Amino acid sequence: MSVQVAEEKSIEKTGRVYIWEIPVRLTHWTNVACIIILSFTGYYIGNPYISVSPREFYGTYFMGLMRFIHMATAYIFVGSLVVRTYWAFIGGNQWASWRALVPFFTPEGRGKLLNTILYYFFLRRHPPTTLGHNALAGFTYGFIVLLYFTQVLTGFALYGQSDPGGLWWNLTSWLFIFVSNQMVRLIHHLVMWLLIAFAVHHVYSAWLVDTEEANGLMSSIFSGWKFIVPESSESKAKQKVSHQQPDKPGEK
Amino acid sequence: MKITSTKESSTLADLLTKKGVSRRDFLKFCSAMTATLALPVNYFERVVKAVEQTKKPVLVWLEFQDCAGNTESLLRASTPSISEVVLDVLSVDYHETIMSAAGRQAEEALAMATAEPGSYLVVVEGSIPTKDRGVYCTIGGRTALDIAQEICGNAMATITCGTCSAYGGIPAAAPNPTGAIGVAEAVPGITVINLPGCPMNVTNLTATVVHFLTFGQLPLTDNFGRPLFAYGSRIHDDCERRAHFDAGQFVEAWGDEAHRAGWCLYKMGCKGPATSHNCPVTRWNDQTNWPIGAGHGCVGCSEPNFWDTMTPIYRRLPNVPGLSVEWTADQVGMVVAGAVAGGFALHGLGSFIRNRVEPIERTEVEVGEE
Repeated sequence: MSVQVAEEKSIEKTGRVYIWEIPVRLTHWTNVACIIILSFTGYYIGNPYISVSPREFYGTYFMGLMRFIHMATAYIFVGSLVVRTYWAFIGGNQWASWRALVPFFTPEGRGKLLNTILYYFFLRRHPPTTLGHNALAGFTYGFIVLLYFTQVLTGFALYGQSDPGGLWWNLTSWLFIFVSNQMVRLIHHLVMWLLIAFAVHHVYSAWLVDTEEANGLMSSIFSGWKFIVPESSESKAKQKVSHQQPDKPGEK
Repeated sequence: MKITSTKESSTLADLLTKKGVSRRDFLKFCSAMTATLALPVNYFERVVKAVEQTKKPVLVWLEFQDCAGNTESLLRASTPSISEVVLDVLSVDYHETIMSAAGRQAEEALAMATAEPGSYLVVVEGSIPTKDRGVYCTIGGRTALDIAQEICGNAMATITCGTCSAYGGIPAAAPNPTGAIGVAEAVPGITVINLPGCPMNVTNLTATVVHFLTFGQLPLTDNFGRPLFAYGSRIHDDCERRAHFDAGQFVEAWGDEAHRAGWCLYKMGCKGPATSHNCPVTRWNDQTNWPIGAGHGCVGCSEPNFWDTMTPIYRRLPNVPGLSVEWTADQVGMVVAGAVAGGFALHGLGSFIRNRVEPIERTEVEVGEE
């Protein structure tokens, strides 16, 4: 409790708060790099748009190379997911917690979810004030995490087929009892497009909220720090006033 | 479990000698079987001993809703040649397509061969229709389902030949008008091994029987009841064109230079990466060739529901369910990603207009709301 009070005092002084810890930022950027690499190599594996002539300089192992990069990156991606999952359940702070991904479990979360949706439909001037993920973003990330795990499962199931009786085959071959082999490929392929669509939305929404709310959202994923809205740089005059009134209720 | 016949007492070795099959040819056959079963070379002697001491096992061949393609595959067997298979190695007492008896005589032959429960093997070809009480396939006035339940139910073991008897196959393709199913589903609880394929490879049938003769049990199977020796690895991983795949050398159109050069058929919709079968190794028609060797992609015929799940045959990915067949997965994906981008571009425009109409007043932020 005393830690929280100290934190709040620090926020009041500086107007900023440390939200995203190093593992959160590290896994975020690892995921970005992995998704880009996996999408390009994966699209090539699904539809090899470059057909290699044996005389060309990049040799005679182009698909092999693409597959190697895809598989190696997949392992890194899984490693990143493991770290982030640990951080969501055990290691991380309140904003990194898995609870942020399921805002609909609490009445307050449901209210914020609705208000954020209203904000996106121009029916509300500002989104609800939030320090971590806003409710709608958290909900979206929960869905995205499901897509991640879908990609990992379908990807390793397809990969495991080349080594029957091996580790991945043993862990994943049950999938083909329920879903046909080709359907697993289709799912793996379509989810890639959903993740690309998500990336478009993600960057746009971050930019939107960053510019409209001036809370340092964009830079927070580099630095970890966010600014709380009433003390943002664009209301310095107001800030001075608020300093003269230290008894103002906590601005969380 | 030693196989004995009610009618024959001489061993297979005697029969083969009588038929004039040389010892050398017999050993060649046994070594081919040992290799097909992926047994270590020191099992060779055991296979020879088991096969030559076997008394003719009684085998009945049931044909249901099918095209007789597996029978055709059997008739084109060369090791052992058809006469050896049918007349010597296996005592096929009932086979609708190739037996000389007909009508009542044929049904009597079946009744005699299967008189003693647990004394015979059954090979089933063709799916079993179940809709409308199974009227879509009847033999001698009895439905296929009825016959299968009796004959397979009393057999030592049932070997399903071809995808139809294993999983329903082409008759079971959507919308499955006859309610066709495979034997294992139609007669639950029996000992059954699936040899799917369209048609099955007769080498695998013979090897399965030889395994049964040698070890007294059926070979180990995978999740779909298929023996691992024949369906344990993917076509893609044993393919003679695999090097072209790894190199990134693909056929782009039928008859193009790459096709004539024997490059990889991946972009032409080859389902080798999705199909487990030993076609590249055992091949067909006296080990002459196989589909990919002849320049056509694999259609995945040995996988359950292949007609519904492996199509379109000439495309890499299936159609997206619920959409017209003209849509490919990539087109759908691009539309989804494009729609999201377009939607947010409009939203951005909306935000811009709103900020003009109603500029942001930072001081008006509702702080206390949370």
